[in-house]
Amino acid sequence: MTTTVAPPQPRRLYRPRDHRIVAGVASGLARHLGVPVLAVRISLVVLLGFNALGLLLYAAYWAVLPQEARNDEKPAGRDFAALIPFAAIGLGVVILQTLVFGDQVATTVGWMIAVVAVGAGVIWHQSDPSRREQWTDPNAPSGLMAAIVGEGDRRSFMFRFVGGGVLVAIGVIGVVAIYSPADSLSSVLNGIIFALVGLLGVGVVVAPLVWRTFGQLRAEREGRIREQERAEVAAMIHDQVLHTLALIQRNSADIKEVQRLARGQERSLRNWLYKPTASPTERFAAALEQAAAEVEDTYAISVETVVVGDTQCDERVAALVAAAREALVNAARHAGVQTVSLYAEVEPDELSVFVRDRGAGFDLSGVAETRHGVRGSIIGRMQRHNGRAEIRSAPDSGTEVRLTLPMARESVTAGKESAR
Amino acid sequence: MTEPVTQSEGRLAVFLVDDHAMFRAGVRAELGRHVEVVGEASTVAEAISRIGTIQPDVVLLDVHMPDGGGRAVLESIRRTHPQVKFLALSVSDAAEDVIGLIRAGARGYVTKTISPDELAAAVRRVADGDAVFSPRLAGFVLDAFASRPDVPVADPELDQLTNREREVLRLLARGYAYKEIAKELYISIKTVETHVSNVLRKLQMSNRYELSRWAADRRLV
Repeated sequence: MTTTVAPPQPRRLYRPRDHRIVAGVASGLARHLGVPVLAVRISLVVLLGFNALGLLLYAAYWAVLPQEARNDEKPAGRDFAALIPFAAIGLGVVILQTLVFGDQVATTVGWMIAVVAVGAGVIWHQSDPSRREQWTDPNAPSGLMAAIVGEGDRRSFMFRFVGGGVLVAIGVIGVVAIYSPADSLSSVLNGIIFALVGLLGVGVVVAPLVWRTFGQLRAEREGRIREQERAEVAAMIHDQVLHTLALIQRNSADIKEVQRLARGQERSLRNWLYKPTASPTERFAAALEQAAAEVEDTYAISVETVVVGDTQCDERVAALVAAAREALVNAARHAGVQTVSLYAEVEPDELSVFVRDRGAGFDLSGVAETRHGVRGSIIGRMQRHNGRAEIRSAPDSGTEVRLTLPMARESVTAGKESAR
Repeated sequence: MTEPVTQSEGRLAVFLVDDHAMFRAGVRAELGRHVEVVGEASTVAEAISRIGTIQPDVVLLDVHMPDGGGRAVLESIRRTHPQVKFLALSVSDAAEDVIGLIRAGARGYVTKTISPDELAAAVRRVADGDAVFSPRLAGFVLDAFASRPDVPVADPELDQLTNREREVLRLLARGYAYKEIAKELYISIKTVETHVSNVLRKLQMSNRYELSRWAADRRLV
């Protein structure tokens, strides 16, 4: 699912698509740093004087910076942490150079800055998984860069880290090799350089392949999940909906039966679509809903169930549910109505259940002693478990059964937390 | 309270939005005895353009439609014609649909299992500026406030439901009609309606800490 509201765009280092002369590096830098474009361009030209550092920097940023994001791409946060190791390495090397070749510091520092800028730029800019799509953009740099910085998880972080590290290493070794006075050391270092360059070549060849394979695997997995979900929906519709429809067609003359079937099917579809499944032996709300469903199925009435909050089921709670079920059954059998309301609320110190109908009503004192429904199953059961049952009824104004069960504070939870 | 603008003789102008022609025909036939059905629409775009020109008193709004949903209609019309009132009429009573429509500004929410007489009464109540709450909707709201943590949130802006409003909601959720609530609490029906309207008003303010937390808990947002 995608969010429709775009978050505010953070200032990122990009090569903008407009205001460019060659590749947009200067204007991107200027925009990012908040300085005039002209100043950046002049600085670059001035830096050309120091061993062509300006050109070097330009090329480095050209290689590393992506083009400005299009509108539908999500901007990403910056990873400052990745900069720190490179700043540290760069600084360390500069200090080393200062100690060893004190007189050549100026040019060495120039080279170092250029190389470190490449590595740091790679890590800094591309350390976010949501920028992955960018690499499928035909305008974006491909191949090597994608391999180094493409994927956003830990594996690709290694890619990036190694890639950036290799570049920095080449820079360091190159500087040492060029300025080293000892011939033997120079030849050793040359060997290392060629080895590293070879390594880089292998990376260029292999990385796009690896990258594509990851993509294919992911797409395949998503497809399989979709297929599974579809199969589950189909099975559900076949097992329940189609059978119920067939039964309804066969019993179309019997209105009560059709209503019962339709009602039952509606309930099960609703549960399937909207409700997380909970075991009726463990959760209060699920137990109540199951009781209501049984009464609906048995007596072909509809029970409007509203449960606020939830709690664990124990013996006392089960007794409350059983009493509520009995009240529902009574309403279904004697009230002569199509709809009964069931409302339950979980409060910190008590559970309460209300069963209400707008049916015939009755006179409680007129119920014979031999009838056990109300006295035994409702009032007696609630009393045995320290609860209360109150029945309010009058002829023609319906009946309401009020059940309350005091609870110890800590045993009641606010439903959602414990439902997970 | 301002008197709502209704058509003469108490015949309300009602507009139907639903993508099922059969259902529209049924509602039109049943409601036609009580109110004036002034138009129908089957798509979001059609509804937006036609409601804008007809300007009915009440729009009966389906929640789920192929090209968007009732919410899109509601949000668009409320910007241009705030006096048009909306009553959501849906087959779904899922919490996210109900709360979503109410938050967008519907003055009531009933399910399609409602009886024609009750629907007509609900339309009239909505047109008069009152709210129509089903027991289930009241349950959702209570649920949102029941699951509140014990620590009080130090936000003076947070207008929670008053005890009286919660009491009214509780009785609503227990299946009481407005007049029964009035009798139970020894207040007038008008007062009950005021309480319910206040609950709706509070629900529409979208920055309620509890409600957003509640919605997030249920992965509604």
